[in-house]
Amino acid sequence: MPLIKDGAFAEHVHATVADDAALPEGAAIVSLTRFQKDREALLGRNAPLGVFLKAPETPETLSVDVHRLSVVVLEFPVFRDGRAFSWARMLRTRLRYEGEIRATGYFLYDQINYMRRVGFNAFEVPEGFSLEQFERALHEMTNVYQPSANDRKTIRDLRTVR
Amino acid sequence: MYRYDEFDAQFVRERVAQFRYQVERRLAGELTEDEFKPLRLMNGLYLQLHAYMLRVAVPYGTLNARQLRMLAHIARKYDKGYGHFTTRQNIQFNWIKLVDVPDVLADLATVEMHAIQTSGNCIRNVTADQFAGATDEEIEDPRPLCEIIRQWSSLHPEFVFLARKFKIAVGATKHDRAALLFHDLAVEIVKNEAGETGYRVHAGGGMGRTPYIALLMSEFVNREDILAYLEAVLRVYNQDSRRDNIHKQRIKILVNAIGRQEMQRRVQREFEEIKASGTLQLPNEELARIAAYFAPPKFELLADEIPKGDADFENWKKTNIHTHRAPGYAITTVSLKPIGGVPGDASDEQLDALANLMDEFGIDEIRVSHEQNLVLPHVQKRDLPAIHTRLKELDLATPNAGLVTDIIACPGLDYCDLANARSIPIAQDIAKRFANLDRQHDIGELKIKISGCINACGHHHAGHIGILGVDKKGVEYYQLQLGGSGAEDASIGAIMGPGFAAHQIGPAVERIIDTYLKLRESGERFLDTYRRVGMEPFKNMAYLEQMYAAH
Amino acid sequence: MAAPATQVLTANRLRDGDVVYWSHSAWVEAFAQAQIFADKPSTDAALTAAQQFVKDRIVVNPYLFAVRAEAGRIRAVEEREIVRSEGPSVRRDLGKQAKPSMDSFDVSI
Repeated sequence: MPLIKDGAFAEHVHATVADDAALPEGAAIVSLTRFQKDREALLGRNAPLGVFLKAPETPETLSVDVHRLSVVVLEFPVFRDGRAFSWARMLRTRLRYEGEIRATGYFLYDQINYMRRVGFNAFEVPEGFSLEQFERALHEMTNVYQPSANDRKTIRDLRTVR
Repeated sequence: MYRYDEFDAQFVRERVAQFRYQVERRLAGELTEDEFKPLRLMNGLYLQLHAYMLRVAVPYGTLNARQLRMLAHIARKYDKGYGHFTTRQNIQFNWIKLVDVPDVLADLATVEMHAIQTSGNCIRNVTADQFAGATDEEIEDPRPLCEIIRQWSSLHPEFVFLARKFKIAVGATKHDRAALLFHDLAVEIVKNEAGETGYRVHAGGGMGRTPYIALLMSEFVNREDILAYLEAVLRVYNQDSRRDNIHKQRIKILVNAIGRQEMQRRVQREFEEIKASGTLQLPNEELARIAAYFAPPKFELLADEIPKGDADFENWKKTNIHTHRAPGYAITTVSLKPIGGVPGDASDEQLDALANLMDEFGIDEIRVSHEQNLVLPHVQKRDLPAIHTRLKELDLATPNAGLVTDIIACPGLDYCDLANARSIPIAQDIAKRFANLDRQHDIGELKIKISGCINACGHHHAGHIGILGVDKKGVEYYQLQLGGSGAEDASIGAIMGPGFAAHQIGPAVERIIDTYLKLRESGERFLDTYRRVGMEPFKNMAYLEQMYAAH
Repeated sequence: MAAPATQVLTANRLRDGDVVYWSHSAWVEAFAQAQIFADKPSTDAALTAAQQFVKDRIVVNPYLFAVRAEAGRIRAVEEREIVRSEGPSVRRDLGKQAKPSMDSFDVSI
């Protein structure tokens, strides 16, 4: 699927690796299960590594290892399952993760702005989804009432300035 | 009351444009119904039995005359000339067309109104005592905090796809008129031993299929920490709630599954992190800034007397007038419970006439109560007879506030897609049986609450007499519960036994109330007698008809 | 042996939420004009055909419900469908029950 990262289309650098498949040479994304099983081997490779978390899997499980990951992929099994919003926020604020947080699975255009605010910076989008649509999603609401994982000024901040 | 600044105004306008685009995409087939449904629910739009229903937000139940006129206009222009006030202080329109909704929302935005998050799996309308700002019972007006919570929760990016709906109420009085402990989050304004004002927080209350009373999370949260604490609760809920069984996804299930102490521990951990980050601290200046919007009107120095009126007025005075903090003023219940009428409904003419009345008598605000009535919070006592006359002309002066005919009923199977049985005809039948005012006064305070399905929008679990409509092989049946209370003595009504057919429920309720009258001791309300003598005497009498039939 | 269940196919119109009934490959507003199905092959065919109207954004959520003959008329078995076909029982001045009789002509969308 096409990947939008930091506001532009990007190539898939990582290969997603099944739990029972051999590890590739280069950049790879593995499941949390695989990561926990083969942690030493995976972290010992000299290639970018990412971990894929299913909706019930908390990033806390990754602990300090998260800083050695180039990407954390958070799944939306269905758009109604909003746990990944909290996982992204946790990665940014509690775990202070600065790498790529990628959204995958079934999410809507209408969720993209919320996802940005909680810390997602990469999105696996359907074929045909345009950057114009992406930008549009981010600008439907000019201002926000509450702080989140980014440093965006809130309405209260803007009120104080005036 | 709160007044929008340019940020608030722009916010609701942009929200309208956002929804307009969502409707376009739906009609163009770019969104399926399954995808569109949560999006429209978060703008208050349900698809019900006959048409779409739009639930418009009335934040903490407060409206001004201009807004009342707009609601009348919406009823006329887009609906069938009436609206329905709900148990969460909102208003519903029953005959809305999807294609009109963006325009309805645009009209609402011009008077600082919206339908944001009145449904959906997100934080809903924050409710408070309908007497807020007027009662002499409160520590302070709860509505500034409600407004702060409203803003914090509006399009909160982390909490718009929760496992289920999330309801917050704020209280500031000992006597609870807002059913606080039946909320997902209950925030009580309290003072500690040092005399500082802070918040006692409970979580995990709820009605529905499995009712729960909220459990204590914190005895005292400091003023400046309250948003951080609420965010901590919501975060634990969003992360840890089940997502596999729609009947087990409210926070009440989580709290009772992991236990109060574990819930406290998880919340405390999140809370300390959020507090340390400083991002959600609520400075005193901000609280004071918002509170300034809710400063009471300037109360004149008036004689603290109610002029005499006719016999109808004297009756009305007994129940529909409540103590105001300022001498010479009264809080007034505007009854939406005419005997035999539809509880909580108001026509466009009534809404317009109320707006006129407010302007003429200098009353700035009107409130929506939790009991599907309206409340005029600041009425000069000397104006009461004149106001009563006007209300009477509008059929808004039924002298039954708090009495047995002041029934709460959800729209039920007459309107609602979720319902199993009709509730409004049951309310009408019971009200007619008890129409005699002397009999109503003899009975005294008795809260009957009727829900048409287990979603409990009629709050039947908190009824002194609660009635739940069920579907028994396609036929409407009604189960009775006794002894519920939504006040500070919160309790969940106990199920009596097998259900009653529609024609049997009215007589059963009569027999139950007769039993109370026979058994009561001096000063006891129905609820008190029930709590003293238990279910058995009531149950025996309720099923009397069935017992005779069996022999 | 049980009598074959007779059923009607219904949905709500997307644009205005109005209740509509299937009648020979079209949707009508009046229950009295709804097509009655007596066997599974015909209900299957109608449900399948109705899906196109969902795809075309005309209706949402088509489903079948049971009806029976009662005093010479066809009536829904469940109270819910009776209310949907008429309007609120507590406001007889509103909804389909208040519209002039449409028995004499067919309204399709």
